[in-house]
Amino acid sequence: MTASNAPIIQVRDLTVGYDHHVILQNVAFEVRAGEVFCILGGSGCGKSTLLKHMIGLHQPMTGSILVDGTDIVTATGEERRALLGRIGVAYQNGALFGSMTLIENICLVLEEFTSLPRGAMETIARMKMKVVGLQEAGHRMPSELSGGMRKRAAIARAMALDPKIVFLDEPSAGLDPITAAQLDDLIVELSRTLKITFVIVTHELPSIFTVADRVIMLDKERKTIIAAGRPQDLRDRSDDPWVRQFFNRQSSGEAV
Amino acid sequence: MARSDTASLDWEPLDGGGVRLTLKGTLNADSVEGLWPQVMRNLAERKPSVIEIDAKGVESLDAAGMALLFELRAAQEDGKGGFRIRGLRDDLGEMMKLFDPGRPSAPARGPGLLIRSVNGLGQAAHEFVMGFHSQVGFLGEIFVRLLGVLIRPSRLRWADTFLIAEKAGANAVGIVALMGFLIGLILAFQSAIAMRKFGAEIYVADLVAISLFRELGPLITAFILASRSGSAFAAELGTMKVNEEVDALVTMGVDPVRFLALPRMVAAVGVMPLLTLFNMLFGLIGCGLVMRSFGYPVTTYVEEIQQAASLGDLFGGLVKTVVFGALIAGIGCLRGLQTGNSPSAVGDSATRAVVSGIVAIVLADGVFAVVYYYLGI
Ligand SMILES: Nc1ncnc2c1ncn2[C@@H]1O[C@H](COP(=O)(O)OP(=O)(O)OP(=O)(O)O)[C@@H](O)[C@H]1O
Ligand SMILES: [Mg+2]
Repeated sequence: MTASNAPIIQVRDLTVGYDHHVILQNVAFEVRAGEVFCILGGSGCGKSTLLKHMIGLHQPMTGSILVDGTDIVTATGEERRALLGRIGVAYQNGALFGSMTLIENICLVLEEFTSLPRGAMETIARMKMKVVGLQEAGHRMPSELSGGMRKRAAIARAMALDPKIVFLDEPSAGLDPITAAQLDDLIVELSRTLKITFVIVTHELPSIFTVADRVIMLDKERKTIIAAGRPQDLRDRSDDPWVRQFFNRQSSGEAV
Repeated sequence: MARSDTASLDWEPLDGGGVRLTLKGTLNADSVEGLWPQVMRNLAERKPSVIEIDAKGVESLDAAGMALLFELRAAQEDGKGGFRIRGLRDDLGEMMKLFDPGRPSAPARGPGLLIRSVNGLGQAAHEFVMGFHSQVGFLGEIFVRLLGVLIRPSRLRWADTFLIAEKAGANAVGIVALMGFLIGLILAFQSAIAMRKFGAEIYVADLVAISLFRELGPLITAFILASRSGSAFAAELGTMKVNEEVDALVTMGVDPVRFLALPRMVAAVGVMPLLTLFNMLFGLIGCGLVMRSFGYPVTTYVEEIQQAASLGDLFGGLVKTVVFGALIAGIGCLRGLQTGNSPSAVGDSATRAVVSGIVAIVLADGVFAVVYYYLGI
């Protein structure tokens, strides 16, 4: 829905892989400030890998990644830390700390980056839990939650620092359709009211049509981006018949 | 985005015991950090019947700013006071609604210290008894499976068993031998000091050989196996439990006891006597070194050992090691399979496997002492 915003993430000429084994090559794209940007592709095509490079967990083989003005590839420790204070990440399997309650999980991030009084941190933690609909579960341990609750708690933790950019790895995988739809609404609402930029890895086509402003599609065989643009455009007039069919089949089964 | 510290506040009494709090500027983590204690202190002193927040001048609001407002509201509700926000920009108001956490739900308060400690004691005792109960039950269960394997050896996963035996046995030879050597050396040296007074140094060989064969060899080796492999078994099986791999086995119709515990049991029982032999051998070498330094030739030393220790001593010790091996593996696997649902539970299981393993070894050793006494071994 936003079109003219400045890019907040710029990926140029990126090649990534593990131990000389290339997973993706010649990847280039931009994410604009305030938009919801989705990364699609089949299982094992390198979506999580790309995401981990975008947040600086891995060093790419070549290329540069500019996130909110910081080149994450060459950033010094301090620049990197400053950037980490402005982004939030929810990993594919939650990655909550098992020995702490959910509130403590969120407070841990706040302690690291702010020096607010403890009461303030706990109120903030409860606010974030409320946003994802877990206000009752703040004092529970991650092991006492269902899979879907863990996903939502991970999103709450990703938003702990009022980030400008939130990265989500398959947020709705494993959720029932109703909860998944609520999560989509939540993402849309957050991006609208808080102007958060979302970068989301996902499989779920219905949710792409709800949330995504723009998408890129990765392919395991060709090891690069095979389609980029607004999901509706890709469905209706992509050059690649396979891409068109991919979007159509899924959405025709879903819509009407 | 640089966070600037540009918020201001102003208290102004209203008629009828209320106050108006005028907030201006950017309410973010940096500015709220300073405001928070000040506001809370002020509130506690004034105890206003009503707080009216004038938020016309608020330019932006982040989570910390919202938290301040929510906290004020909660404090007022606790003191049965009123709370109003005036003039907040619409988009900020909408955001506040989205984040409104409601009343804090207090974590369930536990009972007092005394009751808790009495409670804890009872629970610990109960756990100990039930733990013993489940250990015996589990060992029995494995034993039944073991008999099944004796009838049909192909039902055991031999490849796994050998791999585990290599890890628990072959890789432990170094440490077991070193411990044996040092214990033999130290024991011989310490007892020689006393024996010397009576000119009876030659009997050091008797003492070391008999105590190594009957007690020290099996015990030390069992302690090493419990801390190396008992904990490893518990951690491996515990991690599988946390990853729902054990559940997967059950739903695939594979018996986790046969699949996971039995190979470990067979491996541990198999390697224990061999490791103990290494331990004893190196213990005797350590002792021999001391004897040699007292001027006894090697042949005298060997003859003395042959005279002092019988085959009964040696085999009595080795029989124990089989039981110790079974206890270590059985308890390690049981603790692993009992693991809860979090990574820290894996650590707890490993700890408990070592502790209950060592306790079980010592208890079993006591039983053996009594039995051997009556059997005259
Ligand atoms: N740490 C690693 N070391 C080596 N190879 C890896 C590593 N992590 C992932 N890979 C490989 O990289 C490829 C891409 O993995 P990735 O996790 O990025 O896939 P994905 O697109 O996120 O898949 P999914 O949708 O299943 O999560 C896979 O072939 C995988 O085997
Ligand atoms: Mg992935």
